[in-house]
Amino acid sequence: MGTSLTLAHYLLILQGAVWTIILSLMGFVGGTVVGLPIAIGRISQSKALRRCLSFYIALIQGIPLPILMFLCYFGISVAGFNLPALVAAGMAMTAYSSAYLAEIWRGALQSVPKAQWEAAECLALTRTQRMWHVILPQAVKISIPPTIGFLVQIVKNTSYAVVIGFAELTYTARLINNSTFKPFIVFSIAAALYFALCYPLSHYARRLERKLKRA
Amino acid sequence: MTNIVEFHNVRKSYGAVEVLKGVSLSVPRGSVVALIGRSGSGKSTALRCVNGLEDIQAGELHVCGRRLHEPGTNLRELRKEVGIVFQSYNLFPHKTVEENITLSPRLTRGLSKAQAHEVAQRVLAQVGLSDKANAYPEQLSGGQQQRVAIARSLAMEPKLMLFDEVTSALDPELTGEVLKTIEALAKQGMTMVLVTHEMAFAKRVANQIVFMHQGVVWETGDGSMFDTPKTPELRNFIGNGL
Repeated sequence: MGTSLTLAHYLLILQGAVWTIILSLMGFVGGTVVGLPIAIGRISQSKALRRCLSFYIALIQGIPLPILMFLCYFGISVAGFNLPALVAAGMAMTAYSSAYLAEIWRGALQSVPKAQWEAAECLALTRTQRMWHVILPQAVKISIPPTIGFLVQIVKNTSYAVVIGFAELTYTARLINNSTFKPFIVFSIAAALYFALCYPLSHYARRLERKLKRA
Repeated sequence: MTNIVEFHNVRKSYGAVEVLKGVSLSVPRGSVVALIGRSGSGKSTALRCVNGLEDIQAGELHVCGRRLHEPGTNLRELRKEVGIVFQSYNLFPHKTVEENITLSPRLTRGLSKAQAHEVAQRVLAQVGLSDKANAYPEQLSGGQQQRVAIARSLAMEPKLMLFDEVTSALDPELTGEVLKTIEALAKQGMTMVLVTHEMAFAKRVANQIVFMHQGVVWETGDGSMFDTPKTPELRNFIGNGL
């Protein structure tokens, strides 16, 4: 028989949930900063650039996230830098989300009708001006539902940071279970917290999608 | 040079398919030239070559003093002088009418917000849509959207305007308002090349009508060529068209 959960346990697991949120945000912000230029580069006129970026995406998508976590955590410490787990996990999440967000956004950019490019071209706009003033604003609108949908994946996949000992929700849940031996209660609480984070996102994504379809 | 556009034996292929097989024609400054012909006769391709949307494989093409057949032509500079209006309007759906019009003048000609606003007011008045400056394209009828597209082009103060079947997507009752706008421009002396299926309009407005057939200029003339076609192909085409 295990001991019952104390207030300290609940606080610890909530703290884990807060770190999950922070790591998710790092993944999303980092993924945006890296992924958006990649998305734009993927439709560049340079074949070499397109190939390079497509290789990066294939590489990241072909490596399991826990391995990315290990690579960031141990790989970089081998190189002589001692990274806190938070930074390593943030880097791994950035790499992971950048590859997927780049593909979502490339699709959105390409779904803006070619006639829009042509109209902007005929108004003597440079390629950068066309992208910035005409294509991107329309692509953003198209990409909002799938992007928010992908946020759910980001939140859930932060749980892989457990492998490098980062104290997010899954890690703290396991920690508490190790001392209380109440796996069903502890992991149910963790599940409920993950669900509470993800459900509003997926619900919102679905609603937006319906709304945009009508518009 | 009094000709603003000159085609000399222009050839253009898409892969193995030759669309323009040696087109020669010229557009004098201040004139209105109508390109007519069946689908696939090359008239739209010829028009698109004029502002560099399509490159040519052989022959010479002079537009506004630029030599488009030579590599390294600055197409952006060309497009400040040559406006084009498309069949499908191609307005920017996320921008208001005024923003559609002022985008390029502000970016490419460096106009201030106030100057661009003035330009927008002027060109919207020209197409009779002064009250729609703050509307979004989706709130307008097809005819109104097309007039905004014309205004957007006019805001660049072009020396030449190209119209690519601009009424083909419109209901008959909306076609009239667009044609009236184009006719008014012609009266103001704007040089224009239009690809059109509106034969009566071409006859009334164009100084020169160019009948294209199988990738070449088959017959040219003024409005009277509809009454006395020289070639059986034109006679046939008119017979089907009217």
